[in-house]
Amino acid sequence: MLDRTTTSRPDPGFTPLAITAFSAVSAMGHGLAATRAALLERQGGLRPAQDPEDAGLPDGIWVGRVPGLDLVALPADLARYDCRNNRLAEMALQADGFAAAVAAARARHGAARVAVVLGTSTAGIAQTEAAYRRRAGGALPADFDFGGTHDLYALPRYLRARLGLRGPALTVSTACTSGARSLLEAAALLRADVADAVVAGGVDTLCRMTLQGFNALSLLAHGPCRPCAADRDGITIGEAAGLLLLERAPAPGALALLGAGASSDGHHMSSPQPEGLGAQAAMHAALATAGLPPAAVDYINLHGTGTRANDAMEDRAVAALFGSTVPCSSTKGWSGHTLGASGALEAVVSLLCIEEGLIPGCLGVAAVDPGFRADVASDNRRRPVGRVLSNSFGFGGSNCSLLLGRAA
Amino acid sequence: MPRCWIEGAAVLGPGLPGWPASRAILTGEAPWLEAPTLVPPPALLAATERRRASLVVRLALAAAAEAIAAAGREAAALDSLFASSNGDGGVVGAILEALATPGGDVSPTQFHNSVHNAAAGYWSIGAGARLGSVSIGCHDDTWPAGLLQGVAQVAAWGRPLLLCGYDAPLPEPLAAVRPTAIPFATALVLAPEPGPRSLAAIEVAHGGPLPPEVQPGPLRRALEGVNPIARALPLLEALAAGRPARIGWPLLDGLAITLRLEPCHAA
Repeated sequence: MLDRTTTSRPDPGFTPLAITAFSAVSAMGHGLAATRAALLERQGGLRPAQDPEDAGLPDGIWVGRVPGLDLVALPADLARYDCRNNRLAEMALQADGFAAAVAAARARHGAARVAVVLGTSTAGIAQTEAAYRRRAGGALPADFDFGGTHDLYALPRYLRARLGLRGPALTVSTACTSGARSLLEAAALLRADVADAVVAGGVDTLCRMTLQGFNALSLLAHGPCRPCAADRDGITIGEAAGLLLLERAPAPGALALLGAGASSDGHHMSSPQPEGLGAQAAMHAALATAGLPPAAVDYINLHGTGTRANDAMEDRAVAALFGSTVPCSSTKGWSGHTLGASGALEAVVSLLCIEEGLIPGCLGVAAVDPGFRADVASDNRRRPVGRVLSNSFGFGGSNCSLLLGRAA
Repeated sequence: MPRCWIEGAAVLGPGLPGWPASRAILTGEAPWLEAPTLVPPPALLAATERRRASLVVRLALAAAAEAIAAAGREAAALDSLFASSNGDGGVVGAILEALATPGGDVSPTQFHNSVHNAAAGYWSIGAGARLGSVSIGCHDDTWPAGLLQGVAQVAAWGRPLLLCGYDAPLPEPLAAVRPTAIPFATALVLAPEPGPRSLAAIEVAHGGPLPPEVQPGPLRRALEGVNPIARALPLLEALAAGRPARIGWPLLDGLAITLRLEPCHAA
């Protein structure tokens, strides 16, 4: 029988979670070694948009495209999931021993106790765009597999089948916070004892919908994006997969998710609340769940898209909480804005910064916006980095901040 | 196995015009008569946004508002989880058409309304709900997956949550590959502790044996298979009847989510 009496109220705080494996593929690098080298050598991955898929964009637009996806093959028995998004997920699984680490977790916990919680904003919609162009007599072609490609659920279903897991699967789709928010949902499953390990992260791929949509909003940068620059003029769209394996009870000194916070602007669908009140609430909640003061943060990985409005809002929010005492930067100058993957990719970048003792100054920024109050780095700084706060904000007024560091 | 208490419930679907008017239909005391889904305009949005709000946004906001009112809760004090398989198919379909048309322009407003969390965004704008909100999409598993995640959130963080599920038909040609016959929405307020408005306690698990299937009545036979969120009907029926229930939802890939419900017989 269900016990209808109340039990002791759970501690609302956040128990640090071990990040036992992680992997990333983006225009800045295929795997962790390449991503790390790109950060240290300040070599970005953005290039002029020249692919046939980029047709119709104005001159001077750049993208962060991952090379080699045409050559990725999914296992034959999972061929129905074949699309650019799942190929990018497969590439990240094969990088950095991530699939092997999940297999080890499966052996430790049992397949039914390993969940898959992934963020994406558009899943395999590029497949649908192509199917629309191939229509005959109005109907979509018979070989178009909606559930295996277009549907948001195609991503965790593919990974769960590919990794031989039997735990819960969930797609988080909160626009550009999807990747970050997946870690908070993973934390809920671990804390509620629904799972013992969670494959979390985000995967989003270039498609005409997002390129043309951001173009319609006049938000695309000319040339590579320049977050926080005085002359910034918009975002460069990229694509990425960022995967993290979360488990309980990190060993002392091990990389960990220390806290996470979320909020909603309740202001406008595509413009941030100008003072960054929602952003402040998410950052404050991430610190509060970890029981740490702002001074405990060594580096802030900004959402930093490169739009006039986002970066100005985020500077106000960061300055309100941290003054100018904590160095911050956006790494989107390397990868572009990878939308529903960005929070996961940047969580991985944050872990690399902790390992390397690196504050990666914004790429391609000749002069930081003189109106900014926060300490924006525009050159790499080397110093011990114990804890990183990583921000993600999205359409719909969605905000999520993650606090990453080493377990006590 | 995470658990929580259900405080308020809402339903909107064909012949199901809100919880109070649908209760006797859900218990079987009154017959279910098929009728168009009545979706009120979202009173909490400003006039311009109210006029422009799509069917999908209106569905989600109406269900969310009804559940909150039934629970006697403030929207601003609740986390939220919005669960939808199709999202705003009308908006996504229009963008896909524009992209496939030479010289076709994507509308900037449609683009920002195409995100899967658009309904959640309008809820937060209209209701002043500024706590965390997550939107999920899991094809035919959307309702049970959203329920499991919602209960896990409440158990994990000890905070009440608005769980809102909604789905509506897609336009052609998407409708041919993803049929959804009717609009349907439901919402529940989930609380970490029992209270004076508690309707039932629930425990939800991933896995576990499927309980014996109860013979579905005409309502379930008509709706359960034609909208992913209408898979909530066995739970809504048990809740309306105030009877204990064990419910299992088979999932797409051969697994299951199971629920145990115990009604709270408030004095």
